[in-house]
Amino acid sequence: MHPAPSVIIFTVFSGMGFGLLAFLGVGLPATSGWAAFFLWGLGYGLAVGGLLASTFHLGNPQRFLRAFTQWRSSWLSREAIASVGCLLALAPVALSDWLQLGWPRGLGLIGAALAVLTIFCTSMIYAQLKTIPRWNHWTTPALFMLFAGAGGAILAGQNGAGAVFSALLVAVLLTAFRIGDGAFAARAQTLGTATGLGIIGPVQGAVRVFEQPHTSPNYLMREMIYLVARKHVEKLRALALIGAGIGPALLLPLTPPTMMGFAVIALLHLIGAFAARWLFFAQAEHVVGLYYGQR
Amino acid sequence: MNTQPRLAPSHPIGDEVRRTTCYMCACRCGINVHMKSGEVAYIEGNRDHPINKGVLCAKGASGIMQINAPSRLRAPLRRIGPRGSGAFEEISWDEALALAVSWLKPLRETAPEKLAFFTGRDQSQSFTGWWAQAFGTPNYAAHGGFCSVNMAAGGIYTIGGAFWEFGQPDWDRTKLFILFGVAEDHDSNPIKIGLGKLKARGVRVVGVNPIRTGYNAVADDWLGITPGTDGLLILSLIHCLFQAGKIDLDYLAQFTNAPLLIVEDGPEAGMIMKNAESQPFVIDRTTGQPAPWDAKGVQPDLGAVYNGNRTVFQHMAQRYLAPEYAPEAVAGRCGIPAARIRQLAADLARIAFDEAIEIDQPWTDFRGNSHEKMIGRPVSFHAMRGISAHSNGFQTARALHVLQIILGSIETPGGYRLKPPYPKPVDAHPTPHFTAAAGKPLAGPHLGYVRHPEQLALKPDGSPARIDKAFTWDAPFSAHGLMHMLIPNAHAGDPYRIDTLFLYMANMAWNSSMNSGEVIKMLTDQGADGEYIIPRIIYSDAYASEMVAYADLILPDTTYMERHDCISLLDRPISEPDAAGDSIRWPVVEPDRDVRPFQSVLLDLGARLGLPPMVREDGAPKFKDYADYIQNHIRRPGVGPLIGWRGADGAQTGRGDANPNQLDRYIENGGFFQAHVPAAGAFYKPWNMAYQDWAVQTSLFESPQPYLFSIYSEPMRRFQAAAEGIGPHQPPEHLRETLKRAMDPLPLWYSPYQENGYTIHALTQRPMDMYHSWGSQNAWLRQIRGRNFLYIPTKIWREHGFKDGDFARVTSPTGEIVVPAAHMAALNENTVWTWNAIGKRKGAWALDEDAPESTTGFLLNHLISELLPDMGDGIRRSNSDPVTGQAAWFDLRVKIENAGPQLASSPAFAAIPRAVPQGKTRKAPQ
Amino acid sequence: MTSLPTHTEKRLGLAIDLDTCVGCQACVTACKGWNDQGYGAPLSDQDPYGAAPSGAFLNRVHSYEITAADQSAAVIVNFPRSCLHCEDAPCVPVCPTGASYKRVEDGIVLVNEDSCIGCGLCAWACPYGAREMDADMGVMKKCTLCVDRIYNDHLPEEDRVPACVRTCPTGARHFGDFADPESTVSKLSAARGGYDLMPDLGTRPTNKYLPPRRKDAPDLSAPLAPLLDIQATGFAGWLDKVLGKI
Ligand SMILES: Nc1nc2c(c(=O)[nH]1)N[C@H]1C(S)=C(S)[C@@H](COP(=O)(O)OP(=O)(O)OC[C@H]3O[C@@H](n4cnc5c(=O)[nH]c(N)nc54)[C@H](O)[C@@H]3O)O[C@H]1N2
Ligand SMILES: Nc1nc2c(c(=O)[nH]1)N[C@H]1C(S)=C(S)[C@@H](COP(=O)(O)OP(=O)(O)OC[C@H]3O[C@@H](n4cnc5c(=O)[nH]c(N)nc54)[C@H](O)[C@@H]3O)O[C@H]1N2
Ligand code: SF4
Ligand code: SF4
Ligand code: SF4
Ligand code: SF4
Ligand code: SF4
Ligand SMILES: [Mo]
Repeated sequence: MHPAPSVIIFTVFSGMGFGLLAFLGVGLPATSGWAAFFLWGLGYGLAVGGLLASTFHLGNPQRFLRAFTQWRSSWLSREAIASVGCLLALAPVALSDWLQLGWPRGLGLIGAALAVLTIFCTSMIYAQLKTIPRWNHWTTPALFMLFAGAGGAILAGQNGAGAVFSALLVAVLLTAFRIGDGAFAARAQTLGTATGLGIIGPVQGAVRVFEQPHTSPNYLMREMIYLVARKHVEKLRALALIGAGIGPALLLPLTPPTMMGFAVIALLHLIGAFAARWLFFAQAEHVVGLYYGQR
Repeated sequence: MNTQPRLAPSHPIGDEVRRTTCYMCACRCGINVHMKSGEVAYIEGNRDHPINKGVLCAKGASGIMQINAPSRLRAPLRRIGPRGSGAFEEISWDEALALAVSWLKPLRETAPEKLAFFTGRDQSQSFTGWWAQAFGTPNYAAHGGFCSVNMAAGGIYTIGGAFWEFGQPDWDRTKLFILFGVAEDHDSNPIKIGLGKLKARGVRVVGVNPIRTGYNAVADDWLGITPGTDGLLILSLIHCLFQAGKIDLDYLAQFTNAPLLIVEDGPEAGMIMKNAESQPFVIDRTTGQPAPWDAKGVQPDLGAVYNGNRTVFQHMAQRYLAPEYAPEAVAGRCGIPAARIRQLAADLARIAFDEAIEIDQPWTDFRGNSHEKMIGRPVSFHAMRGISAHSNGFQTARALHVLQIILGSIETPGGYRLKPPYPKPVDAHPTPHFTAAAGKPLAGPHLGYVRHPEQLALKPDGSPARIDKAFTWDAPFSAHGLMHMLIPNAHAGDPYRIDTLFLYMANMAWNSSMNSGEVIKMLTDQGADGEYIIPRIIYSDAYASEMVAYADLILPDTTYMERHDCISLLDRPISEPDAAGDSIRWPVVEPDRDVRPFQSVLLDLGARLGLPPMVREDGAPKFKDYADYIQNHIRRPGVGPLIGWRGADGAQTGRGDANPNQLDRYIENGGFFQAHVPAAGAFYKPWNMAYQDWAVQTSLFESPQPYLFSIYSEPMRRFQAAAEGIGPHQPPEHLRETLKRAMDPLPLWYSPYQENGYTIHALTQRPMDMYHSWGSQNAWLRQIRGRNFLYIPTKIWREHGFKDGDFARVTSPTGEIVVPAAHMAALNENTVWTWNAIGKRKGAWALDEDAPESTTGFLLNHLISELLPDMGDGIRRSNSDPVTGQAAWFDLRVKIENAGPQLASSPAFAAIPRAVPQGKTRKAPQ
Repeated sequence: MTSLPTHTEKRLGLAIDLDTCVGCQACVTACKGWNDQGYGAPLSDQDPYGAAPSGAFLNRVHSYEITAADQSAAVIVNFPRSCLHCEDAPCVPVCPTGASYKRVEDGIVLVNEDSCIGCGLCAWACPYGAREMDADMGVMKKCTLCVDRIYNDHLPEEDRVPACVRTCPTGARHFGDFADPESTVSKLSAARGGYDLMPDLGTRPTNKYLPPRRKDAPDLSAPLAPLLDIQATGFAGWLDKVLGKI
């Protein structure tokens, strides 16, 4: 799949943002005053900024309100509703923390749950797609949740949780890489099965593309067919594992609770998350590529 | 729970439908043009139209992108810089026409042959030829000479009809269909409709073609023949059928010259024996005595020997029974296993004879014999340039007709059927007219069918009368002229120099020249005096093609929706086997540029030049425009360009006075007219009196023209005899041996290749979605096919270690190209190929200079040449069929190397300056 | 509404005959031409005369080569690809706006362009590449089964078929109701073994592909028997035999 910057930015930032909001919602850490303002602001900023970035991917962003209507069937619609619900639910809690109003934190728990739900919905947008075997797997929601968990925990200064999530992230990333690499093949879809010609063709044999249906590229090819060089993959995977997982997992328990320390780890995590997310898209192969002999 | 949007699917397409004729190719389908507020909104096929019955091809359905293409020329142009520099100024039509008159008038008054007027994709040849005849130049022809004259001439000289679009298989009845060397053909939609019918009935289709795409991809059996060897395959099939006695003796005896006798010895050796009345005769089986060939009740004896002279049939049998034509003997050369050849022969025999069909339709032949039924031999064939674009193509085309004849399948139910005005015997065609006289028209039409050496277009001193050397010993039967020799000959001043080259609708500076680079040089070459060797070039195109840059005066044409055209029975009509048909185009939109329909311009020019048929007594123009000509021109008494609604009241068909409302009647009827052949005349047309009488009535002939198929060609024997030294008309020495062989009166095969170490065959095919050079200006089509590859068979691909992305360096004896390579397995193992005319010159067609068409797109033409390399005797022979002069495009052989990955194809020509600005956006329908 | 109907009254779709399709691309431009002026926004083209022209098309024709495992010759199969109007269309439920829907009355899968936000998710969900985003309008385009032809009262009855079907010169495309076992498409599909694309994805396509017939399997068992041994009896013997004189 085409690794569109808007979607990568959206998922990475909003994941982190909702992760942070979830922590803040349950009161980890318990903050107040300008510290609260700053942390809640960061959470809202990342979440809303990410959501805004996602609209750059839309052909008609001005109609975005319509995306709230199809919660019965559409994970994207559910994500929209959950995210807005989360942002609304947490607003009074944030306000209360900042201005030290001492309002009850019940809404915070609801908001945190909605934040988790949002992340889950986001992940299901990808995980539901049978057309993209690499995504169509439990590792996709697991990854999204863990990224949100690790990212949120780091930003929330929850070193223990952050380290645990990061360590889990390493394990799930490795699993996702391993299973993902074989996912397409495991579906046993080939040009022969996609066209039926391998099974029912006029002769039995290997099917290949003779001529493309168009010599100039189209939407499908731009959107769904993306080839990454193997050497890039290896580097980026190392970067993802170390940056997003191994690094934070090792550093968090050692890091003194300074701003500087958090910032370094957060940045490290972010770089890793971007690498992982870029790979998530770039390496995902859509079955339509079969028709073009490119997957 | 499901509330789906309410849809209003019923919207009118436009406010009006205008029915006219498509023109992205020569198929000439009927189209319904849906108009919205005076603009074209949508084009679909006309269901009532005989050619396409509602369907359209990819080009036809994207006509809207053609008529709105930014490449359309906008106004007359006069060259102001050096030729090829693209420096033009826009001028008015009055200036343009005055300039043309100032060039042409002196020529007509002194030496009309100094004008060479050649037309390419012209669909009004009976009109342009008439104009050239009135001007008085012998130098007129259209594109047929480089296109498929072998197919036309091979057919006309044998069966009085041909493949191409002259006939079609009996799609509804045939039970086995064999296709030789066709990728698309002019009969594009009819062939596709026909194939669809066969597929629906589950009829077996056999494709004989080195390449398995398109029609050959859907064929049930594919014979991936080695290029140039079809003749051998066909003669081998004939061999098998003869050997097994599976031949239609009755058909041969009644309808062909098989029972005629051939003079064995003496000065007339090889001629058909004639009686005292100079008539050929047969031996009657019942009496054993000579009898007129066309008398009632005669039963011609195929096995007769008369005074030591044997029948054509015996000559044939003897030749084709020879072991050299056995499948085992030809298999290696053809690249087809002997068992497949034998099996194909067996299928042909089984279906033609064991699965024969009968139609309960009594009919009477020209001898007066009546027949209760029409017997059908339901095997059919079609063939085109894969056969004809080789230098043995004339004989191969003849061989294929002979194969059909011995099966008794031509003009019988289930077989191959001709379309009016065909069948038409070779003797009913004119012979060429070529004598130019100052200030005088030519005595008759330029093109024709030569029957005798004395009819060659030679001047008294034996030199060629025509600039293209058509109808000379170089190409005696060059019935369509030799457009590919025009520029090389004019440049060489051989046989003489010309002054003005007048071209219409032919992209000679690019894809229609055999060696584009050389031709470009010839067009710009200057003599010692600084004058261009070809002093003046006038060109009419509708678009900014490559050729535009090389003209001195451009007469911009309209597009096909902006003018009248006439698809006439005098020319290449739209007949069907069951009906004569003609049609028109008419202006469904007004031009938005300062352009004029070329035919009207030609009439205007003719009037300004004072050409008699174009001016009245008082010197005023006789025709207002082409529409006026279509309605009012009278070719022969009662006969004009169109056969429908003739006579002042429009009540007559075929013959009748001019009708001032004729075009309106055509428009009302969807742009076409059909005159139906009576049921009793539907088959056996060359011999069927019901057909012959109908044809006379419909104005196809002035009197019935029944004839026998010429298995044995006497005109050919006359030329062969001359080559043997017989008679007063003698060929030049260097052509004797070639003519002796090529002019064999019975079909034979000879290798079209010189053995020179170039062993890989290189071919082109027409893509179904592009028309030569002009599909690339179409915003939709160029997305589908904006670049081309050289397809390489598996063996060569592996041998040279090709990988995807590699380029191939391809060399021929005359050129080299480096082009993108691609692998193809369904391909003859010694053949490479590409799509024709995808490559474009930078700057042409209003495309970006980085357009894929001109960066990696390429032509094979840079490897081909009009003349073959010197074979050691100092003579560069023409790269064409020695009988017809047909350009031998497909004789090309090459060597291949892997050139690895490259960024662009070569040769890369410098950009040509733009005649119109580069296109940016496309116009969307309203 | 993006929930799929549990049942549609008709199942309109195409039967595409791969044994007959010559790959002429007529259906591609006929579809473009119709839909450029019909349902919804025109199908725009970007850089139409430039280096990388690219536009929205709703129907594309591929060309594949099958290299036989045995000695027989390789074959080429032309393969048109457009929306299959799946019964279990995965493109529909993913749509967040309800723009994508499957019609209850005839099973046609459509995009309501007025609601579409151009998120592209439906195109991701479609296994067959049947949806292309229009770059000018930012809305998702797809084959409408020419809904604005087949129900168009302004068209004569016989023209109420999709543009691609009407134009296909070989008649390789057939339109009809697969819910009616007596329809031409149902019968054709039954007779010729019409099959689904990627059935394992559970999309249950309505469109069926009719497989190419077996190729190059001539019966080599009955070659043409010579009349007699010409080498032995000579030409005269052959002539007598063929002309029925002996
Ligand atoms: N390598 C290779 N070369 C070949 C062939 C091949 O098989 N292989 N085939 C050969 C054959 S058979 C042929 S017939 C030739 C064809 O070659 P050409 O006869 O050159 O055909 P086109 O490229 O169609 O060019 C015709 C010209 O007509 C112009 N034109 C189009 N419409 C109109 C109109 O309405 N009015 C006017 N005035 N002009 C118009 C176009 O812009 C174009 O410049 O190519 C030959 N060249
Ligand atoms: N779409 C479209 N239609 C066109 C045209 C176009 O440009 N585009 N051009 C029109 C014109 S001008 C013409 S002349 C006609 C020509 O129509 P076709 O005769 O179909 O011409 P080509 O495309 O040159 O196809 C020649 C075929 O012969 C095969 N071939 C080559 N050598 C041999 C051989 O030795 N033996 C056999 N058996 N096959 C061989 C090639 O593989 C190819 O399939 O098409 C007309 N129709
Ligand atoms: S075959 Fe195509 S381009 Fe040619 S006339 Fe017919 S519709 Fe037009
Ligand atoms: S083919 Fe694709 S777009 Fe069409 S209904 Fe099926 S999933 Fe949806
Ligand atoms: S692109 Fe349009 S139709 Fe497709 S899922 Fe998004 S909103 Fe729905
Ligand atoms: S049914 Fe209509 S929209 Fe669908 S592919 Fe055919 S022409 Fe295009
Ligand atoms: S129009 Fe018909 S034959 Fe041509 S590509 Fe489409 S389906 Fe195939
Ligand atoms: Mo041609």
